[in-house]
Amino acid sequence: MYTAADLRKGLKITIDNEPYIITHFDFAKPGKGQALYRTKMKNMITGSTLDRTYRSGETFEPASLEDRVMQYLYKEDDHYCFMDNSTFEQIHISEDAMGDAKNYLIDNLQVDVLLFREKAIGVDVPNFVNLRVVQTDPWVKGDTSGSDSKPATVETGYVLRVPPFIEEGELITIDTRTGEYSTRVKG
Amino acid sequence: MFFHEKGYLEVETPFRIPAPAPEAQIDAIPSDGWFLQTSPELCMKRLLAAGYPRIFQICRCWRDGERGTRHLSEFTMLEWYRAQADYRVLMDETEELIRAASGADTITYRGVEIDLSNPWERITVRDAFLRYAGTTAEAALAAGTFDELMVDRIEPRLGIGRPTFIYDYPASCSALARLRADDPTVAERFELYLGGLEIANAFSELIDPVEQRARFEAEAAERARHGKHGYPVPEKFLAALAEMPEAAGIALGLDRLVMVLLDAESIDDVVAFTTEEL
Repeated sequence: MYTAADLRKGLKITIDNEPYIITHFDFAKPGKGQALYRTKMKNMITGSTLDRTYRSGETFEPASLEDRVMQYLYKEDDHYCFMDNSTFEQIHISEDAMGDAKNYLIDNLQVDVLLFREKAIGVDVPNFVNLRVVQTDPWVKGDTSGSDSKPATVETGYVLRVPPFIEEGELITIDTRTGEYSTRVKG
Repeated sequence: MFFHEKGYLEVETPFRIPAPAPEAQIDAIPSDGWFLQTSPELCMKRLLAAGYPRIFQICRCWRDGERGTRHLSEFTMLEWYRAQADYRVLMDETEELIRAASGADTITYRGVEIDLSNPWERITVRDAFLRYAGTTAEAALAAGTFDELMVDRIEPRLGIGRPTFIYDYPASCSALARLRADDPTVAERFELYLGGLEIANAFSELIDPVEQRARFEAEAAERARHGKHGYPVPEKFLAALAEMPEAAGIALGLDRLVMVLLDAESIDDVVAFTTEEL
């Protein structure tokens, strides 16, 4: 159990059976008055935010979260199948919980799966992944439109802007934190 | 310099004391069976009782569990006490001190201009609740929302444009202050705010040892009700109170004043090391 005095930015607690992370915290105490612990929290499943003020003596259940390294296997209907690298246990994660991570899933990709009470609530992919371009218009030499990027579709179906010199079949690196093109993989 | 010119004597009193004032909402840090002072108040009042009529001190104080953008559990306090004065005299003297410390007519804190040159705002706690919180202070106390309304609704409106003295606190919020003779529901206590930030707390001192003992007992009962540890009764202070002249005293958070003068967002910005950095 945490008490109000343990509250701080980044702490994860359970409220109404859902995990919340504290995004803002401040301690207030009007002259000679009681201590007030003011928080803003984000629901780690829905992303909704909550403002709450607590008093000393209040207690909180920690959010029992677990990070597990897993390998992507395949997609089936509207969920994704992963395997735990150490136990070989397989789990299914819904498209909602995947978030943007679904844009980068290629076979055997290693990801961090965040579980709350045994249920997957989020997937972290590596910051950079290499994906093959499956469709993009050729670069027309002498193009004077002035455009310095063009759309490209990668093997996962994800579409992003790439520099004009990128051709179909090339491997590119994507920064998964921004979803943007990072560099071309030579060779 | 400010204090020397006014005939104040600088004093030093021990940081580690056997019995802090047993206030309901202030927790002292234990130190080998005694406590680190939460304020030099009791020792300084004993000096008043011993015959020193004007004294001041800049010292470290400790309050357990107080940590935030405006709080450090170890912080620097400026306290001064003046015999034959009441809290209104201290309001005037505080105005003079802040003007002298700032060296300017106007200060800007977090984008808010505070004009020090014109008369400062003086508002009672009663009026502040009616104006900003839409309720009475009595109703808020009864509902247990006094402190929350103070923090959420009232404090952000104080000391904006010009400094604010908010005064005449409910008697139950003022364990060591004298009650108003013409209205014993309130105590002669004030707080100074600059830019929404609480800077100082002051009052006309309670000098009746019998009433002070009863107030301490009430505070101790309140601590027990919240499951907080008790403190020994400060008997030597209570004994000295009988000798103490009429007086007023003020505690000013020096780190907070520096925050305002330097336009610092956090108290962390005005100290060399925070607790977490040690």
